[in-house]
Amino acid sequence: MYRENRLWQWGSHIVLLLLSLACVGPFLLLFISSITDEQSIIQNGYSFFPKEISFAAYEYIWQQSSLIFNAYGITIFVTVFGTAASLLITSMLAYPLSRRDLPGGNIVAFLLFFTLLFNGGLAPTYIIYTQLFHIKNTLAALIVPGLLMNGFSVMMMRGFFMTTVPSSVLESASIDGATEFTIYRKIVLPLSLPILAVVGLLQGLMYWNDWFNGLIYLTNPKLYSLQTVMNQLMSNIQFLANNSKVSSLASGSMQELPSEAFRMAIAVISIAPIMIAYPFFQKYFVKGLAFGAVKG
Amino acid sequence: MNSRLGNARKKIWKYSPLYLMMLPGVAYLLINNYLPMYGITIAFKDINFAKGIWGSDWNGMQNFKFLFSSSDAYLITRNTILYNTAFIVLGLIAGVGTAILLNEIKNKLAVKFYQSVLLLPYLISMVLVSYLVYSLLSVNVGLMNKTILPALGIDPVSWYNEPKFWPFILVIVNLWKGIGFSCVVYLAAIIGIDKDYYEAAMLDGASKWQQIRKITVPLITPIIIMMTLLSIGRIFYSDFGLFYQVPMNSGALFSTTNVIDTYVFRALMQLGDIGMSAAAGLYQSVVGFILVILSNYAVRKLSKDNALF
Repeated sequence: MYRENRLWQWGSHIVLLLLSLACVGPFLLLFISSITDEQSIIQNGYSFFPKEISFAAYEYIWQQSSLIFNAYGITIFVTVFGTAASLLITSMLAYPLSRRDLPGGNIVAFLLFFTLLFNGGLAPTYIIYTQLFHIKNTLAALIVPGLLMNGFSVMMMRGFFMTTVPSSVLESASIDGATEFTIYRKIVLPLSLPILAVVGLLQGLMYWNDWFNGLIYLTNPKLYSLQTVMNQLMSNIQFLANNSKVSSLASGSMQELPSEAFRMAIAVISIAPIMIAYPFFQKYFVKGLAFGAVKG
Repeated sequence: MNSRLGNARKKIWKYSPLYLMMLPGVAYLLINNYLPMYGITIAFKDINFAKGIWGSDWNGMQNFKFLFSSSDAYLITRNTILYNTAFIVLGLIAGVGTAILLNEIKNKLAVKFYQSVLLLPYLISMVLVSYLVYSLLSVNVGLMNKTILPALGIDPVSWYNEPKFWPFILVIVNLWKGIGFSCVVYLAAIIGIDKDYYEAAMLDGASKWQQIRKITVPLITPIIIMMTLLSIGRIFYSDFGLFYQVPMNSGALFSTTNVIDTYVFRALMQLGDIGMSAAAGLYQSVVGFILVILSNYAVRKLSKDNALF
């Protein structure tokens, strides 16, 4: 019995270590590639053991900073503002829906729920946003379409409000003369920090990682987020030269550009904030995923 | 009568702050979800930019006839369903398997470590995944062509031009990205199992393997069935990023990478064929809707609590 247990322990560790390596490996290769000399990439390819280390790619990012830094700013703004707006709208819809006494609440709940089952599809959505709301090449294009609020989050939050915020507390507050807005702000939200953290985290990650809206609604490089820039760079490294302030690049001499290392360097700086923050939000994230999967 | 009306008015007045709070959310639903549903009408139109999108002539089922008479309709439907089937089956095995192994490990810190690392791929965007895959598969500088294949004495492969490899590549990438998530879900279910069962089994001399087969797996079966049925409900939808970004939109690969979502996207953004794109999108939405209803009905039969509705 004891030997069998040890065997399972060791076996599990070995399999999970291999899986972990498979999960981390590509990230490691990405990082090492970004600090590999361009010439050795061209000769030996991307490699875990580069012949020559060079930080030229990062120097390039620093030098012709305008495009990348602008994109970084856009990504941060969209993530922060989008997440805040999303939490506000989501919770403001979820709270009234959690009140069983609200007349007509069921109708709204059904309207919300139906969006999880059926959607108009990409073409009508695109036409509505571009023709009716003229969202092309605006910052709103990165925040609003498809991302601002989703049915799952509202239902998750509504469920949390229903089970965690006691209706007796709400009643006594309203007898004491508190308005609905006060109750929402002073009682419901403070009691619901865990669910706000989970929804905010998932929402923030979604905004940080979104490239789709940039792909279909943006053509102006000034509005590109990091993901959109990376998307463009993958198909076309020339894109960088066209949008660069450094004259040697703008004139089209591409020899100097460490393009293969450069791609990887941009990818590295785009995930760096997530990787740095991950140990801190890891706990909430795991709980939120398990909770969302079971409830959603 | 009058007093009843008065009561209703009072009631609405009493709840008006709550209605006001719902306003932004409801407005967003209308804009983001319900206007596009109305916009489905363009699937039945012959879009003519001179007349404007809403002023274009109706052409009945022409867009659909054209879609289903092309070979594309079959190809994208087949690809979507086959890929999703592979994702569901292999994802389930990988998720449950890693969750069982993780549950065996006694060291709590190690469990946390493995779980965090397995979730790493889940955190990143598909654009980034395409960068990672590119670093492995790039024809000129990728790890495969420059290091691994030469070491094995195999000729370099032009990965982004060879459709036959992509079913394997996409399945592996999908597993890689999703294993952490499904592992978290199933581990949560396994942890919830009453420890008494295992103690009783051990007293009876059951081996670990028997415990897994006779206790763990049967007890998490409801969750397995629920997750699987929910995925089956979404079998007509695919992860657009996976099929668009990871193969880098390479035309040579369409025979094995084109799915309904990428078809809808390309018809709209690259061919400018709005009517066709809307028709394919509606085909997806309608079949998808029916599948969700059916799978939910099945979930409901098994366990009312886990049903979506």
